[in-house]
Amino acid sequence: MCRMKALKYLAIAAVAAFGVSSALADEGAIPLSLKDHKFTPVEIHVKANVANVLALTNADDTAEEFDSTSLKVEKVVASHSSGNVRLRPLAPGRYPFMGEYHADTAQGVVIAE
Amino acid sequence: MLASLLIVFREVIEAGLIIGIVLAATQSVAHRGLWVGVGITGGIVGACIVAGFAEQLAGLFQGSGQELFNAGILIIAVLMLAWHNVWMAGHGKQMANEMRQMGAEVSLGQKTLTALAIVVGVAVLREGSEVVLFLYGIAAQGGQSTASLLAGGGLGLMAGAVVSALMYFGLLTIPARRMFSVTSGLITLLAAGMASQAVLFLQQGGYFEFMTATLWDTSWLLPESGITGRMLHTLVGYTDAPNGAQLVVYVLTLLTIRLLMRLVHGKKSLPDALASSTS
Repeated sequence: MCRMKALKYLAIAAVAAFGVSSALADEGAIPLSLKDHKFTPVEIHVKANVANVLALTNADDTAEEFDSTSLKVEKVVASHSSGNVRLRPLAPGRYPFMGEYHADTAQGVVIAE
Repeated sequence: MLASLLIVFREVIEAGLIIGIVLAATQSVAHRGLWVGVGITGGIVGACIVAGFAEQLAGLFQGSGQELFNAGILIIAVLMLAWHNVWMAGHGKQMANEMRQMGAEVSLGQKTLTALAIVVGVAVLREGSEVVLFLYGIAAQGGQSTASLLAGGGLGLMAGAVVSALMYFGLLTIPARRMFSVTSGLITLLAAGMASQAVLFLQQGGYFEFMTATLWDTSWLLPESGITGRMLHTLVGYTDAPNGAQLVVYVLTLLTIRLLMRLVHGKKSLPDALASSTS
């Protein structure tokens, strides 16, 4: 238990040392939030053929995995925390994504145009 | 219940296929059960730790901690698989063949088994941490559906184990003299697939961002989201829309491992290999 605590402090110290936190989203990142296992907005429009970043905030009490085989992204976002999801330059089209742990409600789509 | 069954099944099968290959590759090695067991146990413990610190981990390296961690453990697994193959090509093959003829188990020493235990541990760790987070979320939410979701998870675990076992026993039907080539081939493909996935994680983390353009898209033919696509993804690194860097690293990993194996052993007959190693 003691070791776990030490590990935790070490992790926190490391975060502090890097002076950054995932809460600080990249500039120009597209906000995306998750609440009650639903994404807002459900449809995200991005420019085709350029890289984009989604700033995902998970407002739920449980962790969620942003998962999309078409976007080639798997990213776990812990409860009440946020993370950046980098999107490769996309050809025009629809790219569905989901919260893997609550796939029945957590659904969305990136539309590149 | 079906949803939780599918999630757990998917993760278990990905780790299970890797364990199946490792078990087949070490078929005649003494104490391999112990080492694989150590790998699985270590992986589960590691998965719980990673899941518990998911938030802190994600916060490292300007929010790219998770991607770097995933890429890092994949690269470790690639190195271990490559090392195992090269070591086996150098010493293991003759040793295994001789011992098999004598009907005895081979004690290959702990070296290569340690490497494979690490590979098993890493596979279980990666897939397991997702299962832990998912199941923890279910348990934390409570409610009536918890029991059925957990039951689904249990069934998914069993189904994944059965499919992995089927693959293992399928591999065992391969004649003993071919076993080495088949398993070393499978391990090489496994390593190349992991290397190309590590590239994807690095790119997701904002590193290694070159040749990111998608080369082709075969999702209409064999989607990576389907069960066949996912299994091929785990086994040979299939991806329905690879980018340039992924392909380059995949091919480089394949070539490097084959070249190293050839260097230490050679594809030629044993006398040739002996002649070249003594000259």
